[in-house]
Amino acid sequence: MSQSMSQTDQSAHAGKLTAANEAIERRVLEQTWGDKPGLWGALTSINHKTIGKRFIVTAFAFFILGGILSLLMRIQLARPENHFLGPDLYNQIFTMHGTTMMFLFAVPIMEAMAVYLVPLMVGTRSIAFPRLNAFGYWIYVFGGIMIYVAFVLNVGPDAGWFAYVPLAGPQYSPGKRVDFWAQLITFTEVSALVVATELITTIFKLRAPGMSLNRIPLYVWSVLVMAFMVFFAMPTIALASTSLILDRLVSTHFFNPAEGGDPILWQHLFWFFGHPEVYIIFIPATGFVSSIIPTFVRRPVFGYTALVLSLISTGFIGFGLWVHHMFAAGLPRMGESFFTAATMMVVIPSGIQIFCWIATIWAGRPIFKTPFLFALGFFFVFILGGMTGVMQASVPLDLQVHDTYFVVAHFHYVLIGGAVFPIFGAFYYWFPKFTGRMLSEAMGKLNFWLMFVGFNLAFFPMHYLGLKGMPRRVYTYPALAGWASLNLLATAGGVLLALGVLTFIVNVFVSRRRGALAGDNPWNAATLEWATTSPPPSYNFFRLPTVAGRDTLWVQPEDQPVIVGLRTDVRQVLVTKMLDAEPDHIEEFPKPTIWPLLTALAATGLFIASIFTPWAVVWGSIPVGIALIGWFWPKEKQKDERPPEEVKENVAKQDDAYLEEVA
Amino acid sequence: MTEPQTIDVSKLPTYAFGHRALTWWATWSMIFMEGTMLAILVVSYFFLRTAVPQWPPAHTDPPYLLWGTINTAIILVSFVPNHLAKKAAESLDLRGVRLWMIVTLVFGFAFAAIRILEFKALNVRWDQNAYGSIVWFNMGFHTAHVLTDIADTIVLIVLMYVGPIEGKRFVDVSENSIYWNFVIVIWLLIYAVIYLGPRVL
Repeated sequence: MSQSMSQTDQSAHAGKLTAANEAIERRVLEQTWGDKPGLWGALTSINHKTIGKRFIVTAFAFFILGGILSLLMRIQLARPENHFLGPDLYNQIFTMHGTTMMFLFAVPIMEAMAVYLVPLMVGTRSIAFPRLNAFGYWIYVFGGIMIYVAFVLNVGPDAGWFAYVPLAGPQYSPGKRVDFWAQLITFTEVSALVVATELITTIFKLRAPGMSLNRIPLYVWSVLVMAFMVFFAMPTIALASTSLILDRLVSTHFFNPAEGGDPILWQHLFWFFGHPEVYIIFIPATGFVSSIIPTFVRRPVFGYTALVLSLISTGFIGFGLWVHHMFAAGLPRMGESFFTAATMMVVIPSGIQIFCWIATIWAGRPIFKTPFLFALGFFFVFILGGMTGVMQASVPLDLQVHDTYFVVAHFHYVLIGGAVFPIFGAFYYWFPKFTGRMLSEAMGKLNFWLMFVGFNLAFFPMHYLGLKGMPRRVYTYPALAGWASLNLLATAGGVLLALGVLTFIVNVFVSRRRGALAGDNPWNAATLEWATTSPPPSYNFFRLPTVAGRDTLWVQPEDQPVIVGLRTDVRQVLVTKMLDAEPDHIEEFPKPTIWPLLTALAATGLFIASIFTPWAVVWGSIPVGIALIGWFWPKEKQKDERPPEEVKENVAKQDDAYLEEVA
Repeated sequence: MTEPQTIDVSKLPTYAFGHRALTWWATWSMIFMEGTMLAILVVSYFFLRTAVPQWPPAHTDPPYLLWGTINTAIILVSFVPNHLAKKAAESLDLRGVRLWMIVTLVFGFAFAAIRILEFKALNVRWDQNAYGSIVWFNMGFHTAHVLTDIADTIVLIVLMYVGPIEGKRFVDVSENSIYWNFVIVIWLLIYAVIYLGPRVL
């Protein structure tokens, strides 16, 4: 920082910038960075906020679909020996519910929020690789459409969201149902992986000068950890689902014990992804909580370093827990003990985080607005889920409750408590930034209490049902079992929960047009996204900011430097150094283009066709290749060209032939 | 109100090599994910091996060494032109880039051609048993990487002839070389697992 400060020209630019100049410059920036108008503009957009909003709305739409499926199940289970749904449809519905919530809602919504927020929070104009970002959205939405079309046509997957073999194998699941599931995994994993790449690059290389690693907002840290977990978890499931589809389509024997295969391999591969997946969802949610709490108790977060280290250690330990999903599979005792210990160990960083948040609240002056209520709801619900998690780390107890409603209660407490409550808090918190208007507080409080009461009514009885022996994934149960009244209660709770979500949707539609105007920083928060207008312009910041401290907007002096010298007529982005975020070089970012959409369409063709013939992988790769080359092919020369120092030295050593040729 | 100070960045370079470049991070992201996939493939190979008494299963020979070993030599030697292409790119030496990328590509083609013979010499089909499935999966995984990198290299070579020649294109060449190095390294691992493992371990 000190070096670049010395470049600071104290007098030349300051003062000259009149309002008229600023208006003209803003118009040029808007022309450079804005989406093109009309339908073509919508299809070619690569702006991270346009894509981010689309991503959020799409993921929320899948949340609604998954929620409707769960209500159908609750109606079916409300009384014994019900015939509202048949067993076959019920199997498809619970599989679609889990698949939707995990692959089409939870992970995508976390990425979607990050796609919108991270570039703003680190103070840059765009996400890294914006075209890849558009591709990541399209491939995700095409995958989601594919699986729902399959479901409507009665070829929805029906072997559970974790598709255990041998049930999901060729022998017991003929037809195409499981193949659609396996290809959905391919779609969503490609999307998750490309978005993770963009986020890591954005966080490491596009931060505002002065935002050294120890000043990164906690939410951005959480996104970084999530993105790294995606790198190590998602390839595993992509590989596993490919093995499954190979077993089903070209008669390989990965999971066929008759020919030397092993169904346990599937369980290992699935849960080596599946357990980190929970943390991929939970860690950014803790980032939401770490953003909301300091703002609403009016003080910096307690224990920043401890919180960062907890996030990172959770990320590591999250990969050492998967076997606790397999205690009933009959593994060696030693292995089980190891995973019991690891499972208990992950409580330590989670505990540290929770105590840091409590300390923050304790030392602050809480203002009980809706986002803060959701953060408190998260504490209550998630901690209860954590408690039952610790219980199930113990092998004998796990064996007792395995495949019962106790497990259903546990993971809904963890996932709804650990992810859905924070995400709703985040919606209320950032809605003013997304739209420029506040969500209604009154409806927000109603929303919170309906969801909170509804959730506990729906899921708390399931602990008891599980202990009384009610198994998971049964489409109905006999009256004699004595489970009827608690199931009815759970269904009533489910309806309340749904009403809470409905209140939210109404709130969004009403407030989007008639909500109070938000202004730049309605909550008086500390992070950089609140330093620009609401909603932000296409170029995010008129002058790229610099950062003087951790809670940026709370600590920066009035004459905090801003960045000048980026061209306004070209999509120039400042790249900074990884550790200290000193200015390093300028990169010219690409313009809007249709190629990411075309590539996603070509890849969709390949993925879907390969369900029906393995040759699709060969022929389908031709249009994918053409689309990628069209995407990559340079359309025009970069506007500025200034080589870095070391290149100048290298070139000086050569003869002049190169320079002639280039010129 | 006090006017903010300013930091002028207009003289900064417009591209950079190595970890300073954004594409370097994308390349290494790819390497991380694909590396994870390979690790899982190798673990799966040994997991399946522990499930059966004999490996390869009875009446199945391990893959013949000839073509696989020749290919290992070819891909190892390809490191040299590949590295020279990277060095040429980093000093904006257009002629060097063209020359060494084409030489690397020739090695790539030779490797891919011999790969067909390798598949014929595996002594097992993918649908014969789990051993065959995992061997073919490992080989297919690597072949997909070889083919995509050949395609990338062809596109870059064409661009290096038709232009526009610009600094960031040389960065792309440098990244492409890193990726080919990754393809070399994962082949050494797969060769050791598939060809040497059944004989030595």
